[in-house]
Amino acid sequence: MIMGDKKNGSVAFEIKDLNCWYGNRQALQKISLSISEKQITAIIGPSGCGKSTFIRCLNRINDLIAGFRTSGQVLFKGQDIYDRAMDPIEIRFRIGMGFQKPNPFPKSIYDNVAYGPRLWGVRKGTELDGIVEQSLKKAVLWDEVKDKLHDSALALSGGQQQRLCIARALAVEPEVLLLDEPCSALDPIATARIEELLLGLKKNYTIVIVTHNMQQAARVSDFTGFFLLGDLIEFGETKQLFTYPRDRRTEDYITGRFG
Amino acid sequence: MKPTHLEIQRMLTDSQWREQLFKMTALVMLSIALLTLAVLLIDAFVDGVGRLRWSFLTNFPSRKPEQAGILSALVGTVYMMILTGLFAFPVGVGAAIYLEEYAKHHWFSRIIELNIANLAGVPSIIYGLLGLEVFVRAMGFDRSLLSGSLTMALLVLPIIIISSREAIRTVSPSIREASYALGASRWQTIRNQVLPLAFPGILTGSILAFSRAIGEAAPLITIGALTYIAFLPDSLLAPFTALPIQIFNWVSRPQKGFHANAAAAIIVLLVVLILMNALAVYLRQRYQKRLSL
Repeated sequence: MIMGDKKNGSVAFEIKDLNCWYGNRQALQKISLSISEKQITAIIGPSGCGKSTFIRCLNRINDLIAGFRTSGQVLFKGQDIYDRAMDPIEIRFRIGMGFQKPNPFPKSIYDNVAYGPRLWGVRKGTELDGIVEQSLKKAVLWDEVKDKLHDSALALSGGQQQRLCIARALAVEPEVLLLDEPCSALDPIATARIEELLLGLKKNYTIVIVTHNMQQAARVSDFTGFFLLGDLIEFGETKQLFTYPRDRRTEDYITGRFG
Repeated sequence: MKPTHLEIQRMLTDSQWREQLFKMTALVMLSIALLTLAVLLIDAFVDGVGRLRWSFLTNFPSRKPEQAGILSALVGTVYMMILTGLFAFPVGVGAAIYLEEYAKHHWFSRIIELNIANLAGVPSIIYGLLGLEVFVRAMGFDRSLLSGSLTMALLVLPIIIISSREAIRTVSPSIREASYALGASRWQTIRNQVLPLAFPGILTGSILAFSRAIGEAAPLITIGALTYIAFLPDSLLAPFTALPIQIFNWVSRPQKGFHANAAAAIIVLLVVLILMNALAVYLRQRYQKRLSL
């Protein structure tokens, strides 16, 4: 299969022959690709192509769905996360995730960000305060909410909620950030802020983003994978994939002939 | 072909007329339900209000209707409901959590689900027979407060399980996912996210279930709760009586005076019911306010 260019150093994920099923329906077929560390990898494709399924395999959040199963390997830093010995809780702690619809807990802004650290035993007020401030700063939300940390998170706008969810994910200091169409419910201005945020986070985090917005993939990502009907059609450097697609179907999709 | 202006007009008047007809029908149905209830309430009120005085609440039953009171029945009902709640609430909520969050969905869990739904519809006297056999005889609790409460707990358990499951199911999957994605375990997700969000619904459902139990006489009569008790229960194993039994007893007496007592006791029972429902509404409101901050 097509491998990503590894010119930028080490590999975060090495996916080998990944198949997925929901019950009897196969959602992904023999996906193989590698995701580079501290780069943004975009996954594009039309609805129902398996891009969300793919990203949800990377932190085993799909384990929660009844009837879901996989075969093949998803190596994260050399370890297969689907290995029996691996604890999905530890995987999700190391690999953070943001969802399509902002889903803050119906709690205060502070409690949302502090949720993860509290799960892992951080109890001290001053320590939590520090984590909350740092995480909100990383998600470029601090200035907007610093005076209302104890207000309900549900009172924030959609874009702010989405950045809060990213802050919440960052608070447990993950190594990877998976984002499943984080901008699909946002207006262009909020979208631009999230994209800016992602480019800033790239220095310290490996980011995988699913998007149905090709311009977004072209703007923010270093690598892009194009999925169609559960197959990985093409994977490569974003610039190359968008200017000289190797596969006819990729070309048809990015030029808007279907999708 | 496009309908003409006139045809559209006619269609609109037609649908408006139907709309009115349906509204009226629904209103008539509502009036029937409310009227029946009103007649019942007024009837009990007219018959019983003359007997309502402080001594009616503080006197034990007596052979003389004017001196008879409901102290032992009222206290018995209150004790029994507290104990029933203590037994049924944790078990019911626990069962609901297990079924919703842990149980694998295959044929066995479906059979259990079906049976719980059926149990909610089983006549209460059957629970009385079960209580008589298991608690009164086999476990040797006799016709005690404990036997009565355990029997009532069995009666309300299916309703609590069903309403708790429904409340748990309304918690959005996206909230669960958000919790799991942060590395929360199943129990942490249930405790920190699912239960707080489902709690108002669980509470409402449970209190409605207890409201059903508070008016039940049949299972208590079956386990042999006494009708004439001139003392208060001083232990779990003490004999007891409850309001519905006292009402049943008074209604079946020939003397007119006891019928008035029964009506007065019905009023008291209704007040207790209203208080319980008010508590449910209050707790729910308070909890929801806390969640939305």
